[in-house]
Amino acid sequence: MNAIEIKNLTKSFPGFTLNNLNLTLPGGCILGLIGENGAGKSTTIKLILDIIHKDSGSITILGRDNTENILLTKEEVGVVMDEIGIPECLTVKQIGNVMAHTFRNWDASAYQALVQRMDLPEKKPFKDFSRGMKMKLGIAIALSHNCKLLLLDEATSGLDPVVRDDVVEILSDFTRDVNHSILVSSHIVSDLEKLCDYIAFLHKGKLLLWEEKDVLLAEYGVIHCTAEQLQSIPLEAIKHKKESPYGVEALVLRSRVPSDLHISPISIEELFVYMVKEAQ
Amino acid sequence: MHILIDNKSGTPIYDQIYSQIKSQIISGELQENEILPSIRGLAKDLRISFITTKRAYDELEKEGFLYTIPAKGCYVAPKNVELLREETLKKIEDHIDQILKLAASCNLSKDDIVSMILFAMEGQE
Repeated sequence: MNAIEIKNLTKSFPGFTLNNLNLTLPGGCILGLIGENGAGKSTTIKLILDIIHKDSGSITILGRDNTENILLTKEEVGVVMDEIGIPECLTVKQIGNVMAHTFRNWDASAYQALVQRMDLPEKKPFKDFSRGMKMKLGIAIALSHNCKLLLLDEATSGLDPVVRDDVVEILSDFTRDVNHSILVSSHIVSDLEKLCDYIAFLHKGKLLLWEEKDVLLAEYGVIHCTAEQLQSIPLEAIKHKKESPYGVEALVLRSRVPSDLHISPISIEELFVYMVKEAQ
Repeated sequence: MHILIDNKSGTPIYDQIYSQIKSQIISGELQENEILPSIRGLAKDLRISFITTKRAYDELEKEGFLYTIPAKGCYVAPKNVELLREETLKKIEDHIDQILKLAASCNLSKDDIVSMILFAMEGQE
């Protein structure tokens, strides 16, 4: 079963349209949704949760249409947005009590364990939390009500490398279960890249690409060469190039490049930049 | 079992897992019928995509280095002598390929190559 299935989703605002989006997150997998600021990532996530309403198309979460009984569906979905909306005066323990009355499947011991593992202060009120602490708390809450699907919207941006590393570890623990899926949206994936099974690129409200990550990494590479050397590469193999007076850097399809040229591996982030430039 | 992942090397991660498990099976470090970590477990421990580990396992299974018992797990397959021989032959062929390429780059004749190989063989005897 697919954890999320989006078909022909369209939503228009003045000045922005999410255009005919088709996106699938297969069950048990992690999908990285990558796009520049304003590409439509948060809009997509809000549409999935029916916080804002679609113009047309269909969205299925964990096998159910998202307009039917969304409250029940939300019991099984953990969400972390870039701002965590928690009353400022509450402490970790008090927040736990609130959540126990919010979610039917609240697991107080799991919450306790996560809070300890993330080293969150027990007595501090939420308003004195650092950004890293707030995000960790958001993730702890999201993972303490037996959810099957985790939606992370820019949840790791602005965190320091040590906290990001903690987050990566917690997320990889979560996906140990075959029934657990994650959608991570971000403009930078870097350390989450390794975890992702699928990658989707969103640019100005349009889906540029949706593919298995390993396929992308196997398919594309970067070449650094002289303008003359570049001529030995068939034109259709060159996806994008940046020229300087001293040489050329080009995004290429590995399979079409003569074997004597050295191709460097590409990161998902670099690939995104190339693809967006090509689309412009 | 050891698996060391190098993110900076150009080798794809599934390939790194595949070749490291394979060489540990060939060397006997991983014994016949020994159970291997589950695909999801390994992905979690290495903090990588589960599709990546699945691909490494699929490849190993396709080549007969491991077998799967549904709902139980993946196990090291009994060593297949024929398979190992084929593997080695393939390696030799690859090396010969390289020899020929290098030879062509400095205009060695067929006879030159043959005599070089004969000479090397005499040295080993």
